[in-house]
Amino acid sequence: MWKLFNIEVYKIFRRPRTYIAFAAITALIVIIQLGLYVDGDSYVDFLMSGLKDSFDFQGKILNGYLVCYILLQLLLVHVPLLIALVSADMISGEANMGTLRLLITKPVSKTSFMLGKFLAASFYTLLLLIWIAFLALAVSTWLFGTGDLIIQKNAYVVQMSQDDVFWRYAGAFAFAFLAMLAVTALGFFLSVFSENSIGPIVATISIIIFFTIMSTMSIPLFQHIQPYLFTSHMVNWKEFFDEKLDASDNVIKGSIQNVEQLYNSAIVLGVYIVVFVSGAIIIFKRKDILS
Amino acid sequence: MKLLFPFLVFIFSLNTVQAQDAATLVSKLKEKLQKVHDYEATGILKTDVAFIKSPAGKIIVYYKNPDKFTLKRQGGISILPKGGMNVNMASMMSFDYLAIDAGEAIVNGVNTRVIKLLPNDEKSELILSTLYIDPVNMLLQKAITTTRSNGTYEMLMSYGKYAAYGLPDKVVFSFNTKDYKIPKGVTLEFNDANKADMEKMKNKKGKVEISYSSYIINKGVPDSIFK
Repeated sequence: MWKLFNIEVYKIFRRPRTYIAFAAITALIVIIQLGLYVDGDSYVDFLMSGLKDSFDFQGKILNGYLVCYILLQLLLVHVPLLIALVSADMISGEANMGTLRLLITKPVSKTSFMLGKFLAASFYTLLLLIWIAFLALAVSTWLFGTGDLIIQKNAYVVQMSQDDVFWRYAGAFAFAFLAMLAVTALGFFLSVFSENSIGPIVATISIIIFFTIMSTMSIPLFQHIQPYLFTSHMVNWKEFFDEKLDASDNVIKGSIQNVEQLYNSAIVLGVYIVVFVSGAIIIFKRKDILS
Repeated sequence: MKLLFPFLVFIFSLNTVQAQDAATLVSKLKEKLQKVHDYEATGILKTDVAFIKSPAGKIIVYYKNPDKFTLKRQGGISILPKGGMNVNMASMMSFDYLAIDAGEAIVNGVNTRVIKLLPNDEKSELILSTLYIDPVNMLLQKAITTTRSNGTYEMLMSYGKYAAYGLPDKVVFSFNTKDYKIPKGVTLEFNDANKADMEKMKNKKGKVEISYSSYIINKGVPDSIFK
């Protein structure tokens, strides 16, 4: 399995397509950081405009932690599209090149072959998230410094002490990895059905866009379906950035408001991953490989 | 008719005496507060606003006569009600005003004189200030201030070891908050907020509490701190 994994990782990183995601993310993060570095105060004034009429904020609102939060809000919606470029190509790419038939003549079970491929695609997803974490968190805190994190929810504002933020990012990135793994699994699943890469890539992107729209629209019909869509749960990394209050309305430091929601979302995403990967393996095992 | 004139003179003079009393009391309080030229105080700031979840944090407050005041949260951000956080009580009486005696009241279990301060300048930002002064210890126990742009806010003071300087150990600011509403496009939160949460956040009074642990009085505070 380890050897299979290594071979697949080697193949992924030999393809120029793999680096598109890293380049796109680097360009996006750098341009946003540059914009915020030059004129971030105006952006913060706009963000806080609803509150600045009534309150004075003393201290540095625009710090590395806030920049990282802004970046994650913007990026984690689009990263799935970049992940699809690789994950939806895992099987269909081989079929397209005509190497799939050759590969399964090797003395490796189809299950191991598929798991090796999925683990390699997951590794690519992990590296992409580590790269995002490095640029969005490490570089932002280096550029903008650290401080308390103030974020706005629909109904309220949450302030987190600077010594209570880093672990939340660690948790948020771990959760985001699970969410992106669900996308990886979806792309991987769809790649079994096609003999060219374009179809599964476009199908994965279309499903994500379609589900995301259904997850965000407040139409009662959709609201019944939303808890079952993986896209509704992918954004719940934000739950790490909300605090509980005690009976006297004091913030409980180091707490998470909706831990149950996080567990629930993690379970739903886990189920999706298992279903997609198992489905891909079952279908691949029953499939006649002709290409 | 013969008796009416002396009666009216008596009533007017009584009012004048009362007004003088009120003005004298405010002046005496002001004099006491002005003995503090500057201070550096450490304490804990707690913001209690329905739609703001903010942890309590350590703060340092700097004041310099006549009206320089700043509050710094150690390594963090402090959220304070606009316009209402000038803890420097001397500056609350540093405008040209008319003092009116409005009776007596009990605040924090202490008998106080209620004095209303009306600004003489019609365009003044301040509309009305009501002071509850403890005349025995010459301490301001409570102040209700109405301003043009920041509404009405209330300050309730508790005194301890710095009472001799007229400096409180604890100040509680109460103020009215507007409803918090922000477009989803700004927050990028597309899930609807919980309705119970939304109701809880409405029409609540906000409070900011500062509990001071120590003051360093009249030892000099550099101007650079207020920039």
